Amino acid sequence: MSDVRFTKDHEWVRLEGDTATIGISEYAQEQLGDVVFIELPTVGADVEAGGDAAVVESVKAASEVYSPVLGRIVEVNDDLEATPGLVNESAEDEGWFWRMELSDPDELEALMTAKDYKAFLEGLD
Amino acid sequence: MRYLPHTAQDRRAMLQTIGVNSVDDLFVDVPRSAVLAKPVDLPDHAGELAVERTLSKMAARNVAAGTVPFFVGGGAYRHHVPAAVDHLIQRSEFLTAYTPYQPEISQGTLQVLFEFQTQVALLTGMEVANASMYDGATACAEAVLMANRLTRRRRAVLSGGLHPQYRAVVETQSRFLDGEIVAAAPDATGEEDLLALIDDETACVVVQNPTFFGHLHDLRKLAEVCHANGALLVVAVTETVSLGAVTSPGAMGADIVVGEGQSLGNALNFGGPYLGLFATREKFVRQMPGRLCGETVDADGRRGFVLTLSTREQHIRREKATSNICTNSGLCSLAFTIHLSLLGEDGFRQLAALNHARACEAAARLAQIPGVSVLNNSFFNEFTVRLPRAAAGVVDTLAERGVLAGIPVSRLLPAAGLDDLMLVAATETTTEEDVAAFGDALAEVLR
Repeated sequence: MSDVRFTKDHEWVRLEGDTATIGISEYAQEQLGDVVFIELPTVGADVEAGGDAAVVESVKAASEVYSPVLGRIVEVNDDLEATPGLVNESAEDEGWFWRMELSDPDELEALMTAKDYKAFLEGLD
Repeated sequence: MRYLPHTAQDRRAMLQTIGVNSVDDLFVDVPRSAVLAKPVDLPDHAGELAVERTLSKMAARNVAAGTVPFFVGGGAYRHHVPAAVDHLIQRSEFLTAYTPYQPEISQGTLQVLFEFQTQVALLTGMEVANASMYDGATACAEAVLMANRLTRRRRAVLSGGLHPQYRAVVETQSRFLDGEIVAAAPDATGEEDLLALIDDETACVVVQNPTFFGHLHDLRKLAEVCHANGALLVVAVTETVSLGAVTSPGAMGADIVVGEGQSLGNALNFGGPYLGLFATREKFVRQMPGRLCGETVDADGRRGFVLTLSTREQHIRREKATSNICTNSGLCSLAFTIHLSLLGEDGFRQLAALNHARACEAAARLAQIPGVSVLNNSFFNEFTVRLPRAAAGVVDTLAERGVLAGIPVSRLLPAAGLDDLMLVAATETTTEEDVAAFGDALAEVLR
């Protein structure tokens, strides 16, 4: 089982080899409600840690999705264009947003583990 | 008695709270040279009767478009607006300048907006139109910003046939949003070639059809070259009535069509309020600025209307919104829709044909005058003539003789070296007598 890390903005990152997959957490999709549109980044674009990378639009709001780490986008989840609801059904698996090559894999260490994130969410309520 | 709710004491307390000594201290950032140091030079108050008398006298100094032979266009056109339009827009169910902020309770207003959008989409040959913008020029500037977002580029190429005021608004908006403008020289003869200006850094090319000088263009080749370079073609239409006779921008490959909708339902009104039209392809809808009304069904399956995609808008998405526009020209768009509905498709086509016929008569008459030539090989209801001397003086002299002849190009393009050119517009309101009076007066003035 690969290591999944979380951010305070409710993105998750999963590292497989040199490539990280990024999406929004189960908690985030619940807060957003029905997702109706996702604006994905461009493949080949460089993104900064904390920089805007995508937009997720639900029936309630439009929110930015930030890149948790510095790197280059190598793939985006095209399935989300036709079926944005995948984010609601499977936020932390099939509803992934993009994959990127990391400039500095050590950056992940600074993010929350699943356990830390769970504690963080409890602190929010 | 003055109806100001704040006492001197209130004001002192407020000033003290924010830490300044006087109201004037709030304006220290205004340069000294721009501050008026003396009272405004206005007469003292007077009774209603006296005020009415004074203002009537002042108003009588205007030469109103409807009272003399009138050939002024340049982006604002005098058309006949049926009396029913004014009557209907003043019904209390409709009469508001604004889009409603609890929108779904106003189903009638939303239905009109939906029909307005449908009309604009059909006229422009596009798939989707918004509920309107402030005017044609601001719609044009928004189209450039939208093209920058869609292409992730920042360079707009502006045709020399684009209305100079539209160009100015585009430049102003772009200046503060990191846009780069490549503006072609004014194109009085309609022969410019923009293709060489397009490359893989071009976000969009903005052309006007018919152009500011009246020329009509087949835009298909231009659209092809734009698309081959990953750029968008933006087409501005300042005379909506032309769409009843001219191939639509959408049919020629436009990606965004903007327009001035004043010609339908709206009088000249001294220049505003006007009505910006904005239409695009469905695939670009999420980057389209402005409000959008959609059709849906309620819980019982009955047809209803909603404001849709509003998460793109400023009141939800704040600084990441597609635009700072949060409203539309509600009343002007209502007048547009009622006028166009009264005309119907056949009536609209007939209106366009009539406009063109009147302009042809005017062009033929003016071309007979020695020293006067028409520059256009093609036009709709407005064309450019070359006079044997500066047009501004000729237009002034004709105005004194009770003929509002047209627009000296130098008024809008003072440094372009086009002082001998005049724009002339005719509409269905132009009569044979008007054309004869214009022709005779111009011949006499030039003799």
